[in-house]
Amino acid sequence: MRLSTSPIRELMGKRDFYAGGLMVLLGLGIALKGTTYRAGTLMHMGPGFLPTALGIILILLGIAIAATGFSSDGDGHGEDQSLLPENPQWWAWFCILMSPMAFIFFGRYFGMIPGTFACVFIAALGDKTATWKGTIILATVVTIFGVALFSYFLQVPMPILTWRGEL
Amino acid sequence: MIGTALTDLWYGFGVAFEPHNLVFCFIGVLVGNMVGVLPGMGPLATISILLPLTFGMKPVAAILMLGGVMYGAQYGGAICSILLNLPCHPPHAVTCLDGFPMTKQGRGGVALGLTVFASFVGASWGITEMIFLSPLLVKAALQFGPAEVCSLMLLGLLAGSTLARGSPIKGVAMTVLGLFLGSVGTDLETGSERYTFGMTELDDGIELIALALGLFGIAEFMNSVNQVAPINTKYTNVGLKDMQPSKAELKQAFFPMWRGTIVGSLCSLIPGTGPTIASFVAYATEKKISKHPEKFGTGLIEGVVCPEASTHSSVQGDFIPTMSLGIPGDAVMALLLGALMIQGIVPGPQLISQHPDIFWGLVASFWIGNIMLVVLNVPLIGIWVKMLAIPYRFLYPSALFFVCIGVYAANNDFFQVGEVAVIGLFGYVLLRLGFHPAPILLGFVLGPRFEENFRRAMLISRGDILVFVERPISAVFIGLCALLIGSQIYFRLRGTKADLEPADENAIGEHVPTELARQRVSATPAE
Repeated sequence: MRLSTSPIRELMGKRDFYAGGLMVLLGLGIALKGTTYRAGTLMHMGPGFLPTALGIILILLGIAIAATGFSSDGDGHGEDQSLLPENPQWWAWFCILMSPMAFIFFGRYFGMIPGTFACVFIAALGDKTATWKGTIILATVVTIFGVALFSYFLQVPMPILTWRGEL
Repeated sequence: MIGTALTDLWYGFGVAFEPHNLVFCFIGVLVGNMVGVLPGMGPLATISILLPLTFGMKPVAAILMLGGVMYGAQYGGAICSILLNLPCHPPHAVTCLDGFPMTKQGRGGVALGLTVFASFVGASWGITEMIFLSPLLVKAALQFGPAEVCSLMLLGLLAGSTLARGSPIKGVAMTVLGLFLGSVGTDLETGSERYTFGMTELDDGIELIALALGLFGIAEFMNSVNQVAPINTKYTNVGLKDMQPSKAELKQAFFPMWRGTIVGSLCSLIPGTGPTIASFVAYATEKKISKHPEKFGTGLIEGVVCPEASTHSSVQGDFIPTMSLGIPGDAVMALLLGALMIQGIVPGPQLISQHPDIFWGLVASFWIGNIMLVVLNVPLIGIWVKMLAIPYRFLYPSALFFVCIGVYAANNDFFQVGEVAVIGLFGYVLLRLGFHPAPILLGFVLGPRFEENFRRAMLISRGDILVFVERPISAVFIGLCALLIGSQIYFRLRGTKADLEPADENAIGEHVPTELARQRVSATPAE
């Protein structure tokens, strides 16, 4: 990672640099947006006062976090400094994030049974040992138990099976 | 004083013994224990996932059930760490050190049996403290004005974020982020919308449940998927008979158990030092005073019962500030407090007098629940052991479904489900960058009340910010904050970490699994 001995370059390879950078960006966003709300005075604070203050504090903390990347021991007592884990699981991450989306889509348009099935099915595909058969069985079992528990027992008001429901 | 406390306790038992409350407490303990045993599910994830089940209940039943879930899950975590060497919840990390060697020697059953007993002793002591200390604390807290409440919250937030785990400065950043997230939505005083970006769904603020399940559910799944080593169930054949400790073993465990309990309760008095620190300190103390410290780590009974007793006594102790001041010490407490807020109950010093049924019912149910835990675990240990073998590839898709439906059920709104996915992704990024997301929840739950009290204090003082150091009680809290920050900087510069910090945390489980699930903060402002 170290392309040169320049301290900035070295810093760029550290996780804390990005951690601090993210906080600075978030803080900037919060503070800038906060200034569009009325700040008021200390005595009569407006809605923008506290968030703007928090944003500024976050910027300062972000700078401090990035700066700790400089000190050799940093925070990483032996922690890995890479941004990605050793073996990135893009496919599994994608499946896990898609699973709620599938729940929203199928749940909204087709009801709880398709929503549940799609949610579990897609999530389970993320595992690297997953097989079609095992995934289908798992999704079916969870659907049966889930619908029984939430629809019949807990009465969650979501149609079990529908076609482009009232939504 | 003692007389009133006992009368109130008697009343509490009356509440807790009402049949439906008793049933819900039992369900909570049972389900909490069951889910908590599953590898990768700590109390936070368990409570979050089960929180939606309590929406339809009365407040007393709901909080009793969630209390049961909490200590059920906690005990379940101990099973996981002793038999599998997998600490799903950081406080149990120390238990692994001696618990797993005992399992390897075929004495896992004894370790479990003694853990049940030690947890009971630790919890009982914590409950006793709660009975007598909470009313005292309330008496003091009722004198507090907005300035004092504000400084106290500041102290709680700072302690919660700097003493907990990982880098203190990152913890503070997470707390600030949490405070900000708490301010999203309609401003209470002026009614103007903040950071909603035109989405009317955000008018009521971010859903506590979505936040908790995103950070501790989805982010956690992303972190563990395909990374979990196959579970070694070689040593998990534990039956009922194995659990009975011999007389000698009981004798060996007796004093460490009490020492652990005392250490735990002392730790719970310091705000922000949760069960994790308590268990590490207890283990270290026990090792120090032991006649044969070199044997620790090879399967010593003391090394199991002492941290377990300490964990349970400190968790019960943590309830004291949570229930009497409304200031939670860690994410689990913040979640329980959020659950109360969903039920429309305002936390704070007035809680005990306004809702005595909740407070005293909870206290009494702790005892009942802990006895249930003992009774349940003895015959059911065989089933729990079998559950340990459920592979992660079945676990996380099912849990994801619970996350989705739970968030949906909070408001019957699909928008929240999308929210949880976004928060989950963000939470995973934070995890990868070395942040521990637990303080976010702490800041989020306290945020709105902090802002409200801050504004009020400023209004009363006519905009004089010095009011926080001019009022004596508030000045003490601010002084403690300064001391906390000062000592962190001091230890940092000296290059030594505060000895309270679990040194080998990296060796033991990446982070607290997640269980902050569903708390609707939107319910708070309404009250």
